[in-house]
Amino acid sequence: MNLDQVELESLYRVCDVNTPKGAPQIKGQLEDIGFLPGEHVTLLRKGLLGKGPYMVRVGASTFALRQSEARMIEVELVAHV
Amino acid sequence: MSESQVHFYSSEPVVALLGNPNCGKTALFNLLTGSRQKVANYSGVTVERKEGRLTLDSGKNIRILDLPGAYSLYPRSLDERVTCNVLLGRAEGEKRPDLVVCVLSASNLRRNLRLVLAAKRLGLPCLVVLNMLDIAQRQGLQIDTAALSRELGLPVLTSIGIQTNGADDLKSFLSNLDWRNLGVLQTGTSDATLENAASHIAHTESDNILVQKILQNLKLDQIIPDHLSDRLDAVLLHSVFGPLILITLLFFIFQAVFSWAVLPMDLIKTAIEFLGAQITELLPNNWIRSLLINGILAGLGGVVIFLPQILILFFFILLLEESGYLPRAAYLLDRVMGSVGLSGRSFIPLLSSFACAIPGIMATRSISNSRDRLVTILIAPMMTCSARLPVYALLISAFIPERKLWASIDLQGLVLFLLYLAGILGALGVAWILKYFTSEQFRMNALMMELPSYHLPRLGNLAISLWQRAEIFLRRVGGIILIMTIALWALSSFPFPPEGATDSAIQYSFAGMLGQALAYVFSPIGFNWQISIALVPGMAAREVVVSSLATVYALSSASADATEALIPLISSGWSLATALSLLAWFVFAPQCLSTIAAVKRETGGWKIPVIMLSYLFGLAYLASFITYRIATAFGLA
Repeated sequence: MNLDQVELESLYRVCDVNTPKGAPQIKGQLEDIGFLPGEHVTLLRKGLLGKGPYMVRVGASTFALRQSEARMIEVELVAHV
Repeated sequence: MSESQVHFYSSEPVVALLGNPNCGKTALFNLLTGSRQKVANYSGVTVERKEGRLTLDSGKNIRILDLPGAYSLYPRSLDERVTCNVLLGRAEGEKRPDLVVCVLSASNLRRNLRLVLAAKRLGLPCLVVLNMLDIAQRQGLQIDTAALSRELGLPVLTSIGIQTNGADDLKSFLSNLDWRNLGVLQTGTSDATLENAASHIAHTESDNILVQKILQNLKLDQIIPDHLSDRLDAVLLHSVFGPLILITLLFFIFQAVFSWAVLPMDLIKTAIEFLGAQITELLPNNWIRSLLINGILAGLGGVVIFLPQILILFFFILLLEESGYLPRAAYLLDRVMGSVGLSGRSFIPLLSSFACAIPGIMATRSISNSRDRLVTILIAPMMTCSARLPVYALLISAFIPERKLWASIDLQGLVLFLLYLAGILGALGVAWILKYFTSEQFRMNALMMELPSYHLPRLGNLAISLWQRAEIFLRRVGGIILIMTIALWALSSFPFPPEGATDSAIQYSFAGMLGQALAYVFSPIGFNWQISIALVPGMAAREVVVSSLATVYALSSASADATEALIPLISSGWSLATALSLLAWFVFAPQCLSTIAAVKRETGGWKIPVIMLSYLFGLAYLASFITYRIATAFGLA
C-alpha cells in the first residue's frame, strides 16, 4: 500500500521508498526528512478532492507532500484510528 | 574567482551551530550573540551567512556561525552544500570551525539525532544542545540527558531558545571550556567520504538502526501527537475556512502596508523636499545644485520612500514565519500555484513583490527547486509594486471619470483593481507557458516542506530579523539606485540647451535625443515624444516618470505637487487611447534598472536579466499595442 491510498488519522509504518524513473535523488530526500523503514506515519490531510498537497506526520514532524511524492512511500498498517 | 585571495583569520575560535531547519537554531543564535551580528553572503553563492560574537566569562571573544539549516550532511540543496563545505573546511574564505554545536529540537529527536551521528564523522570537536526543551516538556517528553550523553559519547546540554536565560547552560559550558585542548570533544576521525553517495546510503541505514536503539534505550520511541497544532490546523487548514482565513489575512496585510505607511512616507517626502528647498536657497542655480537635488537627493529619496511599506510587509511576513503559519499558507496555495507549474513556495516572494520586486527577488532564495526559483524571479516584476502607484494615480485621475458604479465601488477604484489583476494574470500566464518548456523531472519535489508546530513569535527575534532585512535592502539596493539615478540625471541634464532656447532643457539632453528616437518605436502604441522622453529617466524607478513628465512639460520641478499640475495638461493633451496604452505599458514594462541589477546579482550572470528585460518589453509592447488599437477602433483616439 502506498501513502496516497491510506486512511486519514490511522497509524502506518514505512516499509520502503520506491524511486520513480528519472528522479533517483528523491529517495534520499524523503529519507533525509524522515521517511525511513520502520518510521511511523500518519496521513493528516489530503487536500481538496484528495489530490493533495498531503499533510503527513512522520515521527514527530509534519510535512507537506505532493501526491506524486506520497505515492512513492510504501507503508503497512499498524493501527486503525 | 580566478585571482588569488589572501584571508586574514582572526585568532578567535569559530563555533558553528549545526541543526535541522526548524530546530530553533536562529533563536538560540540570537540569544548568544544578541545584536552583535553580521549578515552577509557566503563567498560566491546567494546563501545568507550569519555570524555573531559572544564574550565568554573570561572576557575571551568567540565567533559564532549560524550555519544554514540542513537535514543531512549529504548536500542536496545549495544551503546544505554550503553547510557541508564550511564543516569540511572547503568553503572559500571560511575558516574551518573549531567546534560544532549540534542544535537538536528536543521534541523531534529521531530526525535530529541522525544529523548528530553524521556530524560526529566530521572529526571536529562536537557537543549537543537539546533546544526547545519547553515544547518537549509540554508534550510530556522526559529526556534523560545523562543517558543520551552516554549513548552519543558527547556532552549534552539543554536550552530554551525563546527564554531570555535559555542559553545560560551553553554559555557557561563554553566559558569553562579549555579552548587550547578541544580534542577531548573530538569523537571521530575526519571522514572524507561525506559527499560520496554510496557511503551516504550505507550510513543512512546504520545510523537509522543506531538512532532506533538510542531512542528505545531512552524509552522515547513512540509517536507523539501535537494536539495544539492539530487543533489549530483543523481550522486554519480547513478546506473551506482555511483559504477564507488566508484571503482575509492577506487583505488585512495589504490594507496595513498601504495605510500605515502613509504617515512615515509623507514625513520622508516632506524631509526631502525641505532639504531640496534648503539647497536651492544656499546654492546658485548651476549644475552642482541640480546634481545635488535632482541626482543625489532624488536618488536617496527614491530608496528611502519605500522603506516604510517594505518594513511593514516584512514585519507581517516575519510574524507569520515565526508563528509557523507561513508554510501553511504555502500549503494552502500549492494547488493554485501548481496549476501553473510552480509550488506554494513561490507565494512569499510574489507577495513581497507587491511592495517592491527587489526584496521579492531576494526572497526567492527560500525556493529549493532551482527551476521554480528562476521562474518566480522572472514573473516577480509583474506584481504591481508600489512605485507604479504614483503613475497609476496620475493617469487614472486625469482620464478615468469619478463615477459611482454600484455600492461603494467606483470606476477609478475598479480600474486600479483591474491593473493589479492584469499583472497577476500576466505572471500566472507566463508561468503556465514556461511549464511546457520544462520536463517533469525538474518539477519534482517542488513542495516537500516542513510544517513546524505553531508557536508564539518573540518580539526580540522579530526586531533583530526586521533590522537585518532593512539593512540588507538599504545596502544592496541603495547603492545601485543612487548610482543609476545620478547616471540618468547626467543623461537628462547634458548637454545644456543652447542660448535662447525656448523648449524645456531636457529636450536638448542625451535623454531627450534618446526619447525622440524612441518616439518612433513607441508611436504605433500611441506614445507621444513627451512620454518617450519621460520613460528614459523613469528607468531609475517607475515613479520618476511623473516628475520627468513635469520636467518635459516645462513645469517647474520645484513645484510641490507635480501630479496636480500635470492632470489638466495631459488630460487635454493626450487621447484616452494613449492613456490606456500607457497604463497597459506600466503593468508589464521592465522599467526599473535596479530590479534588473538585483536579478543579475541573484542569478549570478547576465543571461536571466537579459531574458527578463526582452520578454517583459515584448509583453508590454504587445499589451499597449492591443490596448491602443482597440481603444482607437472604439473612437477613443
